[in-house]
Amino acid sequence: MREDEVVTMRGIYKEFPGVKALENVNFTLRKGEIHALMGENGAGKSTLVKVLTGVYPKDGGEICISGVEGPVNIKSPQDAQDLGISTVYQEITLCPNLSVAENIFIGRGKYTFVNKRAQEKKADDILTRLNIPTKGAQQLGSCSLAVQQMVAIARAVDMECKVLILDEPTSSLDEREVALLFTLMRDLKAKGVGIIFITHFLEQVYEVCDRITVLRNGHYVGEYLLSEMPRVDLISAMLGKHAEDMTNLKNEKRAVSKDAEVVYSAKHLSSAEGVRPFDFVIHKGEVNGFTGLLGSGRSESVRAIFAADRVTGGSVEVDGVKKKIRRPKDAMKSKIGYLPEDRKGDGIIQDLSVRENLILAMQVLDGFFKPLSKRKQEEFADEFIKLLDIKTASKETPIKSLSGGNQQKVILARWLLTHPQYLILDEPTRGIDVGTKLEIQKQVLKLAKEGVSVTFISSEIPEMLAVCQRLIVMRDRKIVGELQGEELSQDVIMQTIAGGEVQNA
Amino acid sequence: MPDNAKQIENKGSGFLQKVTGAIKGLFQSQLAIPVIALLILVLFNLIRDPSFFSISINTNNFGNKVLSGNLISILNGASELVILAIGMTLVTSATRGQDISIGATAAIAGSVFVKILRMGNITVGTIILGVLTACVVTILFCLFNGVLIAKFNIQPMIASLILFTAGRPIAYAINGGATPNVQSNLINYLGGYIPYVPIPTPIIIVVIFIVAISIFLKRTTMSLYIQSVGINEKAAKLNGINPTLTKLSVFIILGVCVTLAGCMNVCRISLINHETILKDIEMDAILAVAIGGNSLGGGKYKLSGSILGAYIIQALTTTLYAMKVSSTAVKAYKAIVIIAIVVVGSPVVKAKFSQLKGIIASQISKKRESKRVQAEAR
Repeated sequence: MREDEVVTMRGIYKEFPGVKALENVNFTLRKGEIHALMGENGAGKSTLVKVLTGVYPKDGGEICISGVEGPVNIKSPQDAQDLGISTVYQEITLCPNLSVAENIFIGRGKYTFVNKRAQEKKADDILTRLNIPTKGAQQLGSCSLAVQQMVAIARAVDMECKVLILDEPTSSLDEREVALLFTLMRDLKAKGVGIIFITHFLEQVYEVCDRITVLRNGHYVGEYLLSEMPRVDLISAMLGKHAEDMTNLKNEKRAVSKDAEVVYSAKHLSSAEGVRPFDFVIHKGEVNGFTGLLGSGRSESVRAIFAADRVTGGSVEVDGVKKKIRRPKDAMKSKIGYLPEDRKGDGIIQDLSVRENLILAMQVLDGFFKPLSKRKQEEFADEFIKLLDIKTASKETPIKSLSGGNQQKVILARWLLTHPQYLILDEPTRGIDVGTKLEIQKQVLKLAKEGVSVTFISSEIPEMLAVCQRLIVMRDRKIVGELQGEELSQDVIMQTIAGGEVQNA
Repeated sequence: MPDNAKQIENKGSGFLQKVTGAIKGLFQSQLAIPVIALLILVLFNLIRDPSFFSISINTNNFGNKVLSGNLISILNGASELVILAIGMTLVTSATRGQDISIGATAAIAGSVFVKILRMGNITVGTIILGVLTACVVTILFCLFNGVLIAKFNIQPMIASLILFTAGRPIAYAINGGATPNVQSNLINYLGGYIPYVPIPTPIIIVVIFIVAISIFLKRTTMSLYIQSVGINEKAAKLNGINPTLTKLSVFIILGVCVTLAGCMNVCRISLINHETILKDIEMDAILAVAIGGNSLGGGKYKLSGSILGAYIIQALTTTLYAMKVSSTAVKAYKAIVIIAIVVVGSPVVKAKFSQLKGIIASQISKKRESKRVQAEAR
């Protein structure tokens, strides 16, 4: 271990049942640097952090910490804290009903009596030292989110930490608050603390970080100095360039003639989830995609189309007729289907059977007083279990006991059953094995051939290239480009994600 | 109905297989524990007093020939509880919580019913008017809970605590603080026996109600909506279900249940006492839901479980009274039995049971194996 290194992780392995979460991953953190850990969802960032903080035991590899002879064995978060590793999580894990001082000192030291005034004074010292604009006596809940986040950091820093891990600390902060947080991070860096910064926001990485380590699918891609790493290269490192065996799918993809009829069009559509008003058109039998990094607004945009979030403005036309789509049911009535990104939270009804999950949307469309007969439901279930090759013990099995891929197929079947003319699929292939992925992609192309319009979203660009005829690129909740035909290549997409022109600017 | 015809046809072939299959299925389903509990209660009573379940025909005060016996009094006595347990099951499923004000709102329902009846002569017309008026008023009160829960996202128990506290005083105010009685043969028919019908009327009403609610749930998508909202509200919403409306309609159904129970109890004793009518019944109703194997955390439900649960509670009470346990002590004994049922039904014990089953199965197969080896050696 070199003099300036605080943490070195070598050849880390971690396996969960059925998934290799980390394979031979290396990571080095130096004194006084801000080191970004980058990768798309499922790349293994949080697993790596959880191995370092003792939440998960590692299956292989070694971790060295400066000041300790030889490799260390971190068995619990308490061990990690004793070694000087502190973590601040995305959600604030403090008690809003206690004062700032109490939050900083809670659970530390062994004393029976607390001198409140002394504690508050000490807290004030720490707060002024770190330039955090609050007082020890103030109730935490009354501070802004950024300040709460900073108090969490103050608590971590005061525990004599050498390593500070910030897991997406900025996701709920506004620009000014982010700036405050960055000032604090730079101060800490100057004091020699090594900071691991996890974020999805590229801009922020380029603003504060010195070095980046990129992970992809549980593998170590590389460590780079930020000054030597242009954005395009970083994105391609994160997303991977190998276009798996999907190239053969490309042949099935047809070009859609420009004059195909417009199925759905929106003007200045916006939702309560903070998407900038956008225009969108989709033609009959077209497969288009929304791409961009996580948090770019791609999911929020399609949610606005389906009215999954509260729609705040804009006008919509379906089949050339003006429609009011304010609730999901309105969208369904206009023959729009939506497979949500968060399968567990938004998609499946866990305890209900495969059959009930499958017919749910159709049943709602049919109406309250027209329940499908049990026989009809079973027919539909059998049909789609066979059609999509859903692996389930029976049609009466609760959907929660199916694997993720098969759950996703049931949700897909749910919407196919409603015979949509426009189907929105948000990350239908996330967390699904390659075989099922291909099946779903084939299904999408088949649908398009039958005249259904599809919006397909995926974090994996090769996959999007395989099925989409047109790509809408988003960055920072704005549409920054639209690509089709010759422009549909990995390089162009990455260029556009990294710094294209804004559509409406 | 073609469906039924087919079922009957199927029944002909391999009827025995179906029965054994059904029994096997029962033991794996959530109804296993309530059914076993009921069987144990029945067995216990039969051993203690073989004539416990005998039914005799007596002549009552009005000169009618009527059925009587412990079984009848269990079925009769459980009527209000069964109706309320049904409402409670639906509320639990959709809102993931319980309404604890049903006893108090039943007092309101009963008071309104009596108020209307006392306005003039008691005829069939005024009784129907009374029930309907009570129904409207009670639904409004239940919707008060419903709006707090569905619109304002207040925890069901907290929301219904308001009427739990204020409900009986409101009932008190309706009849000006008195506990008026209603004397009429018609009322006696409803609370007791209709001439020439040997079965107590409340039992008949319960049967009709169960059939009616089953038809309602079968002919509408209510049950699917309720369960979807209870299990995953966000997903239900994205499938076009309106969670708020679903929850509110559950409270409307509860309002109907509460009205029936309240009016039924008034008819039994021909008077309304707002302080004592259906006192503490909310706890029994919640218990019936739990004994029936339904999760109090909402979601999937089985009405049959809750109905069974209600009868178990009543059977237990009747058994204890038959054993000459004093009415104060009954509650303590009830608690003991309930602890047993709930603990046996808990996931921890269930997991232990299935472990045990596995061990026994493996030992049996081992024994067979060794026997086979021995036989071969010979």
